[in-house]
This record gives sequence, structure tokens and C-alpha cells, in this order.
Amino acid sequence: MPSSGGRAPTPYIPNTDADREIMLDRIGVSSVDALFDQLPADYRDPPIDLPPALPEHELIQHLQGRAAQNSGATGGRPSFLGAGAYHRAIPAVTPYLVSRSEFATSYTPYQPEISQGTLQAAFEYQSVICELTGMDVSNTGMYDGASATAEACLLAARHTRRNAVALLEPLHPNTVDVVRTYAYGVDLRVDVITDPSDVTSEHACLVVQQPDFLGTIRDIEPLAAAAHESGALAVVMADPFTLGLLRSPGEAGADIVTGEGRDLAGPPNFGGPSLGVFAARQQFLRQMPGRIVGRAQELHGPDGGEPRTGYVLTLQTREQFIRRERATSNLSTGQSLIALAFTITVQAMGREGFRDAADYCYQQAHDAAARISALPGFEVVERGPWFQEFLVRGPISPAQLAEELAKHDIKGGLDVSDRPEPEARDASLFCVTEATAAGDVDRLVTALAQIGEAHA
Amino acid sequence: MEFPEELRYTPKDEWVRQQDGEADIGITDYAQDELSDIVFVDLPEPGASFAKGDAFGVIESVKAVSDLYMPVGGEVLARNERLAEEPELVNESPYGDGWLIRVRLADPTELDDLLNAADYQAQLSSD
Amino acid sequence: MNANGPQQDIGANLTFDRSRPGRRGVEVSRWDGERAESPPSHLLRDNVNLPELSQGELVRYYTRLSTLNFGVDSGSYPLGSCTMKYNPKVNDLVANSPGFSNMHPLAADENVQGTLGILYDLQEALGNITGLPAVGLASAAGAQGEFAGMLMIKRAIEARGELDRRRRVLVPDSAHGTNPATAAMVGFTVTEIPSGPDGCMDPEAFERELDDTVAALMITLPSTLGLWEKGIEDVVKKVHNVGGYVYGDGANLNAILGRIRFGDLGFDVCHLNLHKTFSTPHGGGGPGAGPVCTTNELAHYLPAPVITRSGSAEEPSYALERPSQSIGRMQQFHGNVGVLIRAYTYIRTLGFGGLRETSGTAVLNANYLRTLVEGHYALPYPSRVMHEVVFSGSRQKRDHGIRTYDIAKRIIDMGFHPPTVYFPLIVAEALMMEPTETESREGVEAFAEALIAIAEEAANEPGLLHEAPTTAPIGRLDEATAARRPVLRWQPAGEGAGQPPAEKAPEKDTAGARA
Repeated sequence: MPSSGGRAPTPYIPNTDADREIMLDRIGVSSVDALFDQLPADYRDPPIDLPPALPEHELIQHLQGRAAQNSGATGGRPSFLGAGAYHRAIPAVTPYLVSRSEFATSYTPYQPEISQGTLQAAFEYQSVICELTGMDVSNTGMYDGASATAEACLLAARHTRRNAVALLEPLHPNTVDVVRTYAYGVDLRVDVITDPSDVTSEHACLVVQQPDFLGTIRDIEPLAAAAHESGALAVVMADPFTLGLLRSPGEAGADIVTGEGRDLAGPPNFGGPSLGVFAARQQFLRQMPGRIVGRAQELHGPDGGEPRTGYVLTLQTREQFIRRERATSNLSTGQSLIALAFTITVQAMGREGFRDAADYCYQQAHDAAARISALPGFEVVERGPWFQEFLVRGPISPAQLAEELAKHDIKGGLDVSDRPEPEARDASLFCVTEATAAGDVDRLVTALAQIGEAHA
Repeated sequence: MEFPEELRYTPKDEWVRQQDGEADIGITDYAQDELSDIVFVDLPEPGASFAKGDAFGVIESVKAVSDLYMPVGGEVLARNERLAEEPELVNESPYGDGWLIRVRLADPTELDDLLNAADYQAQLSSD
Repeated sequence: MNANGPQQDIGANLTFDRSRPGRRGVEVSRWDGERAESPPSHLLRDNVNLPELSQGELVRYYTRLSTLNFGVDSGSYPLGSCTMKYNPKVNDLVANSPGFSNMHPLAADENVQGTLGILYDLQEALGNITGLPAVGLASAAGAQGEFAGMLMIKRAIEARGELDRRRRVLVPDSAHGTNPATAAMVGFTVTEIPSGPDGCMDPEAFERELDDTVAALMITLPSTLGLWEKGIEDVVKKVHNVGGYVYGDGANLNAILGRIRFGDLGFDVCHLNLHKTFSTPHGGGGPGAGPVCTTNELAHYLPAPVITRSGSAEEPSYALERPSQSIGRMQQFHGNVGVLIRAYTYIRTLGFGGLRETSGTAVLNANYLRTLVEGHYALPYPSRVMHEVVFSGSRQKRDHGIRTYDIAKRIIDMGFHPPTVYFPLIVAEALMMEPTETESREGVEAFAEALIAIAEEAANEPGLLHEAPTTAPIGRLDEATAARRPVLRWQPAGEGAGQPPAEKAPEKDTAGARA
């Protein structure tokens, strides 16, 4: 029986002083600090000012206390904010399965024999993404929708050997921002355009958001055609949830489809972790960024039997650890667990459920909009068919409206009055999804009615 | 490992088989063995011209990727279309069915700079 | 036979294959009110081909898949350069608190003071830990942190009016592939610096490349060989003397946590991998987080947003802000916040003392492993190591025809996750091992004993290594055919693409023939 060796330094470090003595003795050094004596003495052991350690229970109390400083942390404050992050109805099985530690605590699947869970799930994800987007091939996911869109621009620039990209408004301003960040790296010019006919033979691609930033459903086909006419690729950044109802971008002519998958994986988490969808036509396979999983057979079946089917990371010569400065991207760690959650949500809903949920979202949002447009002093500004977000113009400015709604404990809508589109003038963007409680829609309508009366 | 006498070689492990002002180009038995399982070969369209030493394509194995360099200058007359579906031919038959491209020689005297089989083998064993 | 029985070829039985019309995994809301006008039909689709499984079937399927995986919670995971330490569960509990997880990213700052306060405190803590006080949390992983950091350097060079000539990045040949890939993504060219016989950057080769075309040196500290880069403080000065910047890859911070700081050594920018050093789970390949830390001089280039604090100490007020000359956003919103909260929880669990013990034990464990295994495998750099040790299987290859690949597969049979193999590239048949501080003395000893047993098997029973693994859920897979004729998505049976062509299966016969 091992004798008591003193107290281990932290709950995560098993070795006690007694263990250390044995180990140091074997290594032939006098102390742990002596292992660091090759570090330059002038710089070694600086004082570092950090808040004190807390025992676990006290730490939980402290941090949950800080969570409580978030407004509406415990519910009771409905939110009508969308604009790139949507509250979705997440099945209970999703967080349950994703929290299995065999999934959560494994690394990138470098050893396929003991990583089939991650690999096969990634193959399921790729299959789901191809089905939703109408694309031939998908990678295993990237950081988020905006950075995936930026990577699509880089792919288009490599493929076409052109050094400008065109982004079609209305596009999420933060997506434009991220594309500019990436474009600066390789000296691409970013043209933000409002008319698809402004795509020229200088542009590597045309980027279109579906639905667009103001919620309107795009007709992708003529936009993709406009891009192709100029020899540019058509990149569609689509909200995957809406593809339960909407025509797949691939069928409409897109070459690359990106999107944000976070919302179907779990709660918004203040915007991250996210999931960047990236799928493309077959011809761009070897230019794709990120990891890709492929199906493989065993070299030898068990006990001389039939080889079994498995999955491996494949087409790896595109990647940084092999191609280094000529890689298609520097991506290494991606968002694997979020892709798993996304897949489970979509598959739990299944063929009918995924469509029904999208339909419910569409119907409930339109029902809310109809009730708001019936209120005196309020107008819902339509720019064409829309999905889950709509523009509301009221008797007071968007900023004042948000302030007034906050008094009713309601968050949103988003002030979009600084947008260039004429329909956005004096308007707020409201979002209603399938996860919005019917009672919360009632609360919003009642509050708006009162605000309308007060400012009649 | 085989290094046919009738071929000429480069220090970067390509071989050349010339006939009547044209030449077939491939990679050596040693090169395919070093690369191991070849999974993809990217070759230029016929009509393209390259100078001696230019990179004309890329060859990929499961775990490595390598540029292909012109042993001699010339215009591409044909490429081995079978490799698109069966890249493993380079492993199985590097001097035969696994050839890469056929070129029209720009300057036949460039062949004189290449190694013969014995010199190439000597270079390999000195590495 | 039981549909989930052990003999079943689960890989050939995806959810799509198990699908039966009419089943579903969850009851979603179905609209039964008045229906709004539909969008025009040419904007709509007819159906979505998703699988139909009952909830129990779906749970069994993914539970079964999970059992085919090996995680840190399953066993020892000495994957070099990846710092696969134990992932504390309190981190998940805190991050999953609805008060944090339900927050919308566009919520007004005053509605998210709790979250912003924690992110601010994390910035401060990472600034103090690295000695680079200005911190941006927005980058999603180490490689994106590198990208952000190098974009900042590019901006700084541009501001000096030197972007035309200063476009070369020096990268040691032992570097992670992300370093050269990142340099290319910011439009710079890469000059590789060879390592000397001691594993450190060759000082003469380094000095030869130093001139006013150098934008930056990107260097991992300690190196991927697990070695302290001797004279790094002078290297930094020399790069500065020619007007270049020094970028620190913090992937190996676990070795020096609380012991020495990038900022004190003169580095200009570094990134950290919170999913390595700061214990957040890696999720089978993410999400991670790759904050970037820099000097006050470069702070105004940080990616957007950063969190600022104003107000009194008693009543602080936090806000999201865009630095004045920010390189821009890395993501649509504010970074992988759920991961950031986990890392902050970890720092608050351990405090300065605990973090310092962490690096101490990580280095102790690596050196103990080195000492136990030395003599059984070649050790190309036989000096004291930091947090990891790189052995080579070259002796086994030369004497017994056993590749490092085979050794790794045999390690699986011994119940461990294999080390990182064939990296760094400068070590032939590399076996890169990082036990981390969360492995016990007995755990390190058991791993060493397994390695020694395998070295003996390589000499006496090499067949065991060629056939390994035999205890894993699946045997060695034909990666060559998978790459030659890629099958990358499920397709209905009969359409051909769902299965690799059967007649092409036995690739290994040709491989065997040329050996």
C-alpha cells in the first residue's frame, strides 16, 4: 500500500511530493524548479498577478453570480433579435449526446482505428450538408459562417486567378467585415455592390446571403447566372435552417455554399462557438479548405472475414501540415463538436420535422408581422417574400422603440436605420422563430400597441 | 528497384524516354517508393509549353505532395489520361503504364545534361 | 441479429440506411393556425432527404458511435504538441449556465455585463500570463490566432511604409504547418531556417537571412522538439535590430506557464491555444479558442471586438469595442465565448500557484518519460526536455523493418492513445510524446513500459506490430483507395457512389510487391 506522500498540488495533478521525489531521483535533478534552469535567469519566474484560486463550490457560486448579472439570465425577457444568430428549438437529445465525453474529450481524429465515432459522425454531417445545400462535397466544418464565406472568396480567387471579390448587399455587415479581414491578407479588393449587374470579369466571385440581411428570400438563380456570365463563381451564404423550405442553392446554380450552423447546434452562447458550413461542387474539391472525411474499407477483415467499412481523414495533401505555405487554408482545429450537435439536431427532426419546423418558423413570424402591421402607427415594410425577419417602422425612432420595449422587458428589434436600403429607413429588424413562445409574441404585440397609443 | 538502361534521369527523380524528337516523362521507381501510395496526379493540358526545370504538375500520395519538374523543355503533346482514374499505375508501373506526359523536345541537346542509369543510381546511394 | 450487435458493420449502416418512413426523433411544433401566403414556388424545394429514426434509435446509434472513440476521459492521450490534459467538468458546468449560454450576441452591452466582465477578466489574466498586456479573444482557434497576429504585423509594417520590401517571414524547420500556411495567408513569403544539431534554430543560418526584408520571425516556444530555444532573448533582439517583429506560437505554453513570459523576452505578438494549455475539451477537432496577445504598441491593431472597462472598481462597466485601427473581425460575432468561459473557470480554479505547478509537473512528467524510455528508442536530441519528448523509430525501422506507423498502432493495443507521429518533420520516424501534468507517475510508468515492450516485440515478434491494432473497434483502413476514389457523402444504394468500387480493394498487394 503506497504511503501518504503529501497533498497533490491541484485536483488535476495526481503527483504528490512523494511521487516527485521518486521521479526527480530517477531523472537526476534536485527539484522541479531545477528542470527550468535552462531558461534565462534574468527573465525567469516573474511575478504574475492573477485573481486568487477558489474552491470549486465557491467558484461556481461566484461565476453563476456573474451570469446573473446578464439581463434576463433566468428567462422572462423575450428577445426578438436575429441578424445572424437565431434562437432555435433544440431537441433534448442534442446536448445529451454531445456531452458524451468520448466525443467531447478526443482530439482531431489522427488515429482512425480509435476515432470512428468522430469520423463517422463527420461523414453524417457532410452527407446532411450536401443534402441541404445541393452541393457535391462538404468539409467537416469551419469556424463560423462569416469566416467560411471569407475562405470561399479565397478559393474563388485561387481558382479564377482574379484579385477582387463582389459582395451583394444587403449582406450582414459583420460578414463584410470578416471578408475584408481575410482579403487584406492576400491583397484582394472587396467591392460591396447593390446591383448584381455590377459583377465584372475582375471579380473572382459574387457573394449572396440567403435570406439576405434584412430577411428577404433571394431568388438565387439569376444572381448565380449574373456571376457566371462574368466568369465569377457564385457563393451563397445560406442559413441552413431555412433550407428546410427554400430551394437548395446548388439547384439554383451556386458553386460554393457557406452558412452558419451554430443555431441548430445549441443556444446562442453570445455568438460562439459557431459552425462554418462550407460545401462546393465536385470540381472545387481539391481547392477546398479544412478537413474532409472519406469512407474506407479495412485492409483485412477481422479473422479473415469481410473487410468492414470505416472512415478516415482524406485528401489531406490540401492541408497545412503537409502542404505548409501552399496549403488551401491554415485551418487545424475546427468546430467538430458543434458539427456533431448540428447533425444530431437535424437528424432528430428528420425529413418531415425539419420541414415542419421551418414552416412553423415562417408561419409564426408572418403571423406576428401581420398582427404588428395591424397596429395603429406601425408598418411592416416588405421587400419581397421573407422568412423569419421583418422590418418594422413605428411612430418613434428605432432607438427609442428599443428603449421603450426594454421597459416592457423585451429585447429587440435591431436598429437598422443606418442601412442604405430605402426600406430600412427608420426601421427596426424583428425576428420571430419557431422557438419564440407564442405568449412572447403576444407580449410584443401588446407592448407595441401601448407604445403606439402613447405616441399617437 | 529498377532503373532501365535506355532511360535518362534527373537528380529530382524524373526519367525521360526519347524517340524521334519526342519524349515520354515519368518519375522513377525510387521516387514512387518514397512517395508511397500515390492518390492523385495533376498534369498539364496538351499544348502547354514548359522550359527545362519548370514545375509542370503535382503528384500526391496519402501523406506527401511533390512538384513535378521538366527534365527537358518542350511542348506537351499528350498526358496519361488513365492516371485520373488509376493514379496507382505510377506505383505499379513507373516506367510503363505510369508515364506522365509526352513532350516535343524544344532542344534535344538538353538530353545530354541528364544522368544515365548508373550515374543516377550512384547519386541515390550517396544520398 | 441485434441491429447494434458487435458483429454488425456499423460503418456501412448510417442513419440514412437505418431510416424508415414515418419515424421521427422529436416532435416539432406544427403550425395549425391561419397560413400566410407562401413564397413563389420557384423559390421552394419539394423535400429534404433526411433520415427518419425514432429518438431511441438515434440515441443508440450515436451512443454506439461514441464508444468507438478514445478521449482523454477514456485513457492516457500523450499526443505531442496537443496538450491533451484532463478537461475539468466544472468548466462545462459554468459555461453551460443558461445565464451565459442563452445570451444573444447582439444584446446591448448593458444586458450582458456578466459575460463581458468575465471576458474582460480573461483578457487581463492572459495578458499577465504572457506579459503581452493587450489581448483579443475573437479568434476561434490557434491557426486563426496566428492569422490575426500576422495581420497585425502586416498592418504595422504598412504603417511604417515598408510593406513593399518587408514581406519575408522566417520560420524554423521544426515549426507546425500552420505557421508557413499562415504566413502565406497574409501575403508573405516563407524562409525556412534549419535547426542545428542541438535542435535549436541554427544561429548562423538565422543570421544569414536577417535583413530589412524580414517582416517577422514566427517561432514556437518551447520548440516542437520539446526543447528550450537557447538564446531566444538574443534572437528576439536581432530581429528587432533589422526592424522585424517576433511572433510567438503559444501552442506549447503549458511548458512555461507561470515560469517565463513572451512579453518579457521581447516578443511582439503571440497566440494561445485555450483547448491545449487551458484545459477546454477539444471536441474531436474543435471548438477551440486562439486569443492573440500583444504589446501596447500594437494594441490598436487587435481584431474586433475587444472588451473595455470603465467606471469605478466597485461598479465597473464593460463594453465591446473596436480597436482604433483594428485588422477587423475574425468571426461574425465575438469569438468562441463558451470556450473562453471554460478557460477562465480553469484559471480561477488554479490561480497563479496552481498554474505554476501545472507547468512544473508537465515538465517533470515529460522528463521522467524520457528517462524511462531512453535507450529503447533513438533519442535524436538527448538533452533535458520541457513538456514533451521526441523519440525516433529509426532504429526499429533499420533493424527490424518496423515503421513508426506500426509502433503507433501497437500502442493502441496497449490501451493508450498513440503519440504524435512523423512530426516534427525534421525527425525521421518521429514519435512525439506529451504526457501532460494530469498523468500520474504510475500512468507515465505504464506508458513507458508499453513502449519498451513494443521495442522488444519489434525485435522478437514483429508480426504483432504489422497486424496491430487488433483490439480496436476497426483494423487498419485503406487510406490510399479512400483518397484515390473519394466517397465523401452518403448516397442511396444502387447509385454507385455509396460504396467504393469493389474491384479496386486490395491495394496492399501492389504495395507489398514493391517492397
